[in-house]
Amino acid sequence: MGIENEPYNPDKTPKKHAFSLQLDVSKFEKATDEEKKQADVMSESSSFFKDGMKRLKKNPLAVFSIIVLVVILVLIIAGPSFIPYSYEQIITVNGKRDRSVTNMAPFQWSKLEQQYIDEGGKLFPHIMGTDEMGRDYFIRVIYGTRISLSVGVFAALIVLIIGILYGSISGYFGGKVDLIMMRIVDVIYSLPDLLMIILLSVVLNEVIKPTGTGLLARLGTNMISLFIVFGLLYWVGMARLVRGQILTIKQNDYVLAARVSGAKSSHIIRRHILPNCISVIIISAALQIPSAIFTESFLSFIGLGVKAPMPSLGSLASAARSGITTYTYKLIFPSIMIGLITLAFNLLGDGLRDAFDPKLRR
Amino acid sequence: MFKYIVKRILLALVTIFIVCLITFFTMNAIPGGPFAGEKAKSPEVQAALEARFNLDKPVGEQFLLYMKNLAHGDFGISAKTGRDISKTISTKFKVSAKMGIFAVLLAVFEGVFFGSIAALQRNKWPDRLIIFMSTLFTSLPSFVLGSFLLVIFSVKLGWVQAWSPQHQNLILPVLSLAAYPAAYITRLTKTSMLDVLGQDYVRTARAKGVRSSKVLFVHTLRNALIPVVTYIGPMIASILTGSLVVEQIFTVGGLGNEFVQSITNRDYPMIMGVTIFLAVFMVTMNLLTDIVYKLIDPRITLE
Repeated sequence: MGIENEPYNPDKTPKKHAFSLQLDVSKFEKATDEEKKQADVMSESSSFFKDGMKRLKKNPLAVFSIIVLVVILVLIIAGPSFIPYSYEQIITVNGKRDRSVTNMAPFQWSKLEQQYIDEGGKLFPHIMGTDEMGRDYFIRVIYGTRISLSVGVFAALIVLIIGILYGSISGYFGGKVDLIMMRIVDVIYSLPDLLMIILLSVVLNEVIKPTGTGLLARLGTNMISLFIVFGLLYWVGMARLVRGQILTIKQNDYVLAARVSGAKSSHIIRRHILPNCISVIIISAALQIPSAIFTESFLSFIGLGVKAPMPSLGSLASAARSGITTYTYKLIFPSIMIGLITLAFNLLGDGLRDAFDPKLRR
Repeated sequence: MFKYIVKRILLALVTIFIVCLITFFTMNAIPGGPFAGEKAKSPEVQAALEARFNLDKPVGEQFLLYMKNLAHGDFGISAKTGRDISKTISTKFKVSAKMGIFAVLLAVFEGVFFGSIAALQRNKWPDRLIIFMSTLFTSLPSFVLGSFLLVIFSVKLGWVQAWSPQHQNLILPVLSLAAYPAAYITRLTKTSMLDVLGQDYVRTARAKGVRSSKVLFVHTLRNALIPVVTYIGPMIASILTGSLVVEQIFTVGGLGNEFVQSITNRDYPMIMGVTIFLAVFMVTMNLLTDIVYKLIDPRITLE
């Protein structure tokens, strides 16, 4: 002990005979445990995914937007379980309605509620006040966020599925198939999408009458038509992207090798091509979410959105316009929510692109 | 070049035809046909209306007749007011067009100005601030921004009066319409400017001792603006659709307002007319954008 740890010092080592090999015997001793550790791999091998996540964590805006989205998610999932009101329920105290319950400011109590509290009762505060019909506004904003967010995610999924199927078939087979499929895409791409959405919403509203009490029936025909239109029109951008990616990847030797060894087309697409372009596709799907939320809130705003009493952020903001001078907060809450969600998704999408897109890597 | 333009015009015509097709047949799919308003009409009136718009004929023939009328600029009459739709469109569109032109100009100048600053000051605080602001503005729907502008400047501060036939003040609507495209152009300009600044000809010009203002305006900016040109078509589309809500908020009596009113009233001939008009306008603008783009940049290879 002791000797091994001391650094080599030529003055300290005993002088040897001139013809000796001048070996320092201490260097030939067995390695201690500590020295053995130095040969261990210090950092684990990093995969593409881990690498990207590491870069993502270094981007403060992306981290911030992840936090914001998680907070919003927790709020809309857990919110309804701790708020004792429902989005369509007009507030009553012991079953009695109160005239003064409508249009209350945040944290204000109605007369009956005040009386109830004075008598020692406990009530959950109206964090964002109440609306013109006397419904708790906070829970309505939460449900509105739920609707808007699920519309965004669902629409992005539709776009993703149709776009990947169409784009990969077109890109993989090429030739005449590709030509015809891409002409169709060109035409759909040049249709003014929002106008077509408005038109189809108006028409489908008259044609489809959903029955029953399922979620779709509660959302109303406008939402169904919104999804139909997304399925009909919005996938073309994604299809183009997927096709472009596949055309590049198709040139690689491993695809040729797979084909030579007799792999089926569907196998090659699934195993060799899609995994290589999946990150680019996922990122642009993530950026599809805010644009779907935009579209939904736009439609709700011009009166083609979810069916009342179900709220969405757009319809809440639209309804708030009637009392814009006196009840400004009713506009501010849903607007801030829309802004926060779309901002977070945009920043996250940008961050993901920077972290995962190999072409942009510096 | 000629071949490309012909091909592009053909595509535009096909698109317009498909828009008309979709519009006509979806409107026909509504039970009771496009003229069954909420008001009950007497059988004579119904019959007269059907004869006027050839609803008694087979659907295929109706479509051909509608297209023939469209080609003559005849959109039919409104089911609610009975007014001539083409006249309504032309008067209302003037208001929207005025607003739209201001918004386009504002968006382009603002976007190019801030985009260039961001590119020249890359990774310094002006760049970060500008890019953050533009991300913020691309995340705000125009109706949210419009409502906020209305509350702050019109209601709380009282600086700008809301729109009325007497006070045709377009500042706030133009600002809320221009915000999104301006933010988009800012990012577009920044990216393309950074790309151009790295080119050899810019370095050569600098090395030759060309004045820096000349390098900026002649060598850099002129080339960096080419991608911005491609955005003009989509920008007009976004401003037009944005005007649907912005005109509602500021109660501007333009075409967007008219369209939303007709949707609320279920005025089907009007919806049909305005949809086709706006669609043709957008497709034409896209066509012009594409042609101009190919004309101004000789580097783009034509198939």
